[in-house]
Amino acid sequence: MKFDTPAGTNPIDRMKVVGKPLDRIDGPAKTTGMAPYAYEHHREAPNAAYGYIVGAAIAKGRISSMNVADAKAAPGVLAVVTASEAGKLGKGKYNTAKLLGGPEIDHYHQAIAVVVAETFEQARAAAGLVRVSYARATGRFDLEEALKTAPLASGSQDTPPKPDRVGDFEQAFAAAPVKLDARYTTPDHSHAMMEPFASIAAWEGDRLNVWTSNQMIDWGRTDLATTLGMPKEKIRFMSPYVGGGFGGKLFLRTDAVMAALGAKAAGRPVKVAMSRPFLMNNTTHRPATRQRIRIGANRDGKITAIAHESGSGDLPNGRPETAVTQTRLLYAGANRLTSLRLAVLDLPEGNSMRAPGEAPGMMALEVAMDEMAETLGLDPVEFRIRNDTQVDPAKPERRFSQRNLVRCLREGADRFGWTRRNAQPAQVSDGRWLVGMGVAAAFRNHVSLPSGARVRLGQDGIVTVETDMTDIGTGSYTIIAQTAAEMMGLPIERVVVKLGDSSFPVSSGSGGQFGAGSSTSGVYAACVKLRDAVAQRLGYSSADAVFDGGKVRSGNRSTDLAEAARAGELVVEDTMEWGDLDKTYQQSTFGAHFVEVGVDRFTGMIRIRRMLAVAEAGRILNPKSARSQMIGAMTMGVGGALMEELAVDKRFGFFVNHDLAGYEVPVHADIPHQEVIFLEEVDPTVSPMKAKGIGELGLCGVGAAVANAVYNATGVRVRDYPVTLDKHLDRLPAVA
Amino acid sequence: MKAFTYERAGSAADAAAKVASTPNAKFIAGGTNLLDLMKIEVETPQHLVEVNGLGFDKIEATPEGGLRIGALVRNTNLASDARVRRDYGVLSRAIVAGASGQLRNKATTAGNLLQRTRCPYFYDTNQPCNKRQAGSGCAAIGGYSRQLAIIGTSDACIATYPGDMAVAMRVLDAQVETIDARGQARVIPIADFHRLPGTTPRIETALAPGELITAVTLPKPIGGQHFYEKVRDRASYAFALVSVAAVIQKDGSGRVALGGVAHKPWRVEAAEAQMPAGSRAVAAQLLAGARPTRDNAFKVPLAERTLAAVMNEARAA
Repeated sequence: MKFDTPAGTNPIDRMKVVGKPLDRIDGPAKTTGMAPYAYEHHREAPNAAYGYIVGAAIAKGRISSMNVADAKAAPGVLAVVTASEAGKLGKGKYNTAKLLGGPEIDHYHQAIAVVVAETFEQARAAAGLVRVSYARATGRFDLEEALKTAPLASGSQDTPPKPDRVGDFEQAFAAAPVKLDARYTTPDHSHAMMEPFASIAAWEGDRLNVWTSNQMIDWGRTDLATTLGMPKEKIRFMSPYVGGGFGGKLFLRTDAVMAALGAKAAGRPVKVAMSRPFLMNNTTHRPATRQRIRIGANRDGKITAIAHESGSGDLPNGRPETAVTQTRLLYAGANRLTSLRLAVLDLPEGNSMRAPGEAPGMMALEVAMDEMAETLGLDPVEFRIRNDTQVDPAKPERRFSQRNLVRCLREGADRFGWTRRNAQPAQVSDGRWLVGMGVAAAFRNHVSLPSGARVRLGQDGIVTVETDMTDIGTGSYTIIAQTAAEMMGLPIERVVVKLGDSSFPVSSGSGGQFGAGSSTSGVYAACVKLRDAVAQRLGYSSADAVFDGGKVRSGNRSTDLAEAARAGELVVEDTMEWGDLDKTYQQSTFGAHFVEVGVDRFTGMIRIRRMLAVAEAGRILNPKSARSQMIGAMTMGVGGALMEELAVDKRFGFFVNHDLAGYEVPVHADIPHQEVIFLEEVDPTVSPMKAKGIGELGLCGVGAAVANAVYNATGVRVRDYPVTLDKHLDRLPAVA
Repeated sequence: MKAFTYERAGSAADAAAKVASTPNAKFIAGGTNLLDLMKIEVETPQHLVEVNGLGFDKIEATPEGGLRIGALVRNTNLASDARVRRDYGVLSRAIVAGASGQLRNKATTAGNLLQRTRCPYFYDTNQPCNKRQAGSGCAAIGGYSRQLAIIGTSDACIATYPGDMAVAMRVLDAQVETIDARGQARVIPIADFHRLPGTTPRIETALAPGELITAVTLPKPIGGQHFYEKVRDRASYAFALVSVAAVIQKDGSGRVALGGVAHKPWRVEAAEAQMPAGSRAVAAQLLAGARPTRDNAFKVPLAERTLAAVMNEARAA
C-alpha cells in the first residue's frame, strides 16, 4: 500500500481498541520471566559456550604483539579469535569503526579478541590472560581543539556541507535592536540502557542463527552479512525482546560478530554479553556539542534573525550531531542561518542516541530563548507564542500538517500554575531551597519508514501478526495488536503478535520515533489485504463488509470471522510505502515542558520538584504506553540536564567514568512528580493511523526547561551541561 | 576474575591465621565491594576465607555505656537499631545515605570500613594506578578528578575514601577491635584506622596482614544534635561529593568530620574549637593546606557551605 493522499475515514477511527490505555500484552511474560531476552535463548541454542570480549587498552595506535597462548591453555577454553584468526571481515554500512580491531586500533575498548570457554567465568578469566603490547599513536581527543580547524558538515548525504541560509542573517542580526549571542555545550552521553548488548550465535552448516538485542532487524542482519562476508539470506536475526536501546542498538555491534566468530571457531553455539564497564567505550554514544546561538529581535519580541551553529566530533568518516535541525523550523524569523561542523576525534564512535540532533540542540536553543525572553522583558511562554509559525520558515508555502505548539504552551502554563512564577530570579524560597520554574518548547520531526507485516487468520479465528518490528520496551507488541484488533473487529485477546525475526517482513524497526506510526501502518496495510481476502472467501463485497465483534457483516448478513479460514488459514502480506506528503507538509510533533526545581541555597544541590509535559503527536495509539514513553524521556532529560556526562580523558582518549557508578543516570528519588497531557487530535497527513511518534518528543526541550528553572531559582545562568552545583556554587548568595 | 580457592573459618583466630598463612588471601563477608573488584581483576586474591557465621553479628551494650557493634552486623540492621537511632543518629543517617537497600542488607560493618576508593582510574586496569600497582603512576593526577580528594593527598595518589559510615564513626570516636593470626586482640582508634596515601597508597588501613576486625565500639552517647549531610548530583545511590557528619551541642560546640574530601574520613579536632565562630572559621582550619585539582576545587567552598547548612540547622532547632 502506498500512502500518498491524506487519510479519510477508516476502521481505525472507530477507536474501539486503538486509543485505549490497555496494559501491554507482553507484560505478563515479562513480569514472570517468560520473555526471553538475547542472552536467554537456552532452549533454541542449547549447550552454548560463553564468549568474553577483550577490548583494546589504548585509544589509538597498533597492536605490536599479541600472545594468546596462556588464554588458549586456560581451563575450559575452547577458542580464542583475534583479527588474524578471523580473516578478512567486512564493515557494516552503519558502522564507523571496525567491530574487531587489530592490528590498527581505532578507539579505546575496541574489541580485539573473543575468548570462548565452557563457562562464563572461565572465559572471563582467560580473557585476562591475553597479553597485548601496543605502539601508541597520537590521537585527537579534545573536541574544543579539534573544532578550531574542523570543516563544515552536512546532516545528510543528500545535502552539501554548507550553511543553510534564509534571507540575510548577518545584516538582520546587526540591525536587530535586541540581541543574544551565547555559547552552549553538551557533553558526550551514554545510552545506559538496562540490558547490555548481548547475542547468541548458532551455526547450522553455512546458515547462522543469531539471537540478539537490536532495534533494527534488517540493518543488523545486512551488516552482519557484510561483516562476515556471507549472503544475508543465510542469516536469521532475531530480537523478540529488547531491554532498552535508545539508539545504541540501532546498529550491529560486536557482541553479535564475536558470537558468530566464536561459535564458528568453537563448533557450537556461543553467547556473548558485554559488561557495563566495557560497553560504554566499545559501543556508540551521543557526541558532545559546542553550540553558538544568535538571536535578534524587535522590541516587540518578534524574532528577525536566528542563527544556530553546532560542532561535534567523531571518528574518521563519522557523522555530525545534527543539533541545529529544529532551529530551521521551530520559530518564525525572516533571516536564518544554521550550520554544522564535524571534527575528527579518536574517541569511541559517536552515533544516534534518543532524539539525535534535537535532544542536544533543544538543550541549547530553548535556553537561548529563555535568555532572550528575559532580555526582552517578556514572559518566556509569551515570547515563544509570539514567534510561532504555521509554515516552514524557509518555504512559507509549506505548512505544518498540525502545529498546536501555542496550545501546548498555554495549556501547560495553565495546568502548571505558571502565573505563580516570579520572573525575577532568585526570589522564591521554601526553607533551605531556592525554588524556580522553567519552560521549554518540545519539538521533534515526524519520520515514516517503509514497514511490512504479514497477517494470518487461523481456523480458530485468531489473527496473528508477523513483522520484524522490535519492541524495545516501548509497547510495540501492544499497539500492533490494537491495530490488528481494530482492523479485524476483534478483541485484543484474539490477536497474537510476533516480532523481531528476520524471517518476518521487513518493518521500520524502532528508532527516531518512527516505529509506532510506521509499523502500525504496515500492519494496517496488511490488514486491509486480509479484510479483502476474508470478504472474498465469504462472498462479501469488501467495500461494504463491516468487521466488528468477531463477525463480518454486510447488509443483513453476518458471519463469524473465523468462518473465512475454515477452508484453510488465510495469509497475506503487505508493506506500507510512503508518498511525498512529508514534502507537501512539514510533519512534526510538538509539546511544552514545565519544570519546578529546588536549589539548596547552601550546597547548590539541584533537585526536581515537579514536571509537566503537554504533547501533541497526532492520535495517541495507547495513552498508557505513550505516557510511559513521555515520562521515561522526561527522566532521561533530567539526567542530561543535571548529571549525565561521559568524562573525556584528553590524554589517554577514553571515557573515564565508564560504569553506572561513575556515569550517573536519575534514580527514583530524583523524579518526585511527573504529569503528562496529550492534546486530542489526529493528523491525517501522516498515515492511516493518523498517529505520530512520541518516543523522543518527551526528551526534546526538557533539559532546557530544567536549566531554565535552575536559573529562575538562582539567577545564575549555566550554559554548560550538565548543570551541576560546581558550576553555580561560586555565584550563589553567601551563607554564614 | 581469577580463579581462587575458598574456605570457611571456624573462629576469628582461625580466620586470621588462615589469611596470614596463605599468600594473597582475603577475608570475605558481604562481598559487595570485593566481588565487584574481583570481576574486573582490580582485586585478584588467590584464596578467600569466609567469616560469615563466626558470630560478631550482635549490637551489645558495653560496660562503659556505649555500644559494641559486631563486625558482621549488616548495615541495614545497624542503621535501624533503636539504640543507634536514639543515641548515635549521625551513624544511622550516614549509613542510610549510602548505597542501596539491597547492598545495605548484605554489607557488613567491617566491610563498610574497608571499602576501597571509587577513583575511576583505580577501576580501570588499563590505566596506571599506584594503589593497584605500586610505582605505575597515578592517572588521576592530571586526569578526571571531580570526585577525588582535596586534602591529605600525595604525588602518588589523590583517591578518596568513599564511605559514609566511617565518617560518622569518626565524629563518634569509635574504636575498631581486631584479632590477629596469633589470636592477639587489639583496639585501633578510628582516627588511626584509615591512612593517608603518602608514598604507599596501596596500604589503606592500620590492619596488619591477616588481622581481622571483630567489632566497632562506640563510646557512651555524647548527646547533641546529630547531622549527616551528604551532597551529590544524584539524589540517591551516589557517592558523596562532600559529606558532613556533625554532632552539635546546645552551646554551639561540637564535632565535625568530612567525607568525600580525603583518603580517610577527615576530622581535625583543633578546628572544632572554632565552632562558635562559625562555619567559615571551622572550614578554614579543617581544610588548611588543601590541594584541590581544577576539577574539584569547588569542594573547598562546598564543604564550608555544607557545614554552614548544618550549623544553621543546629541553631534553628
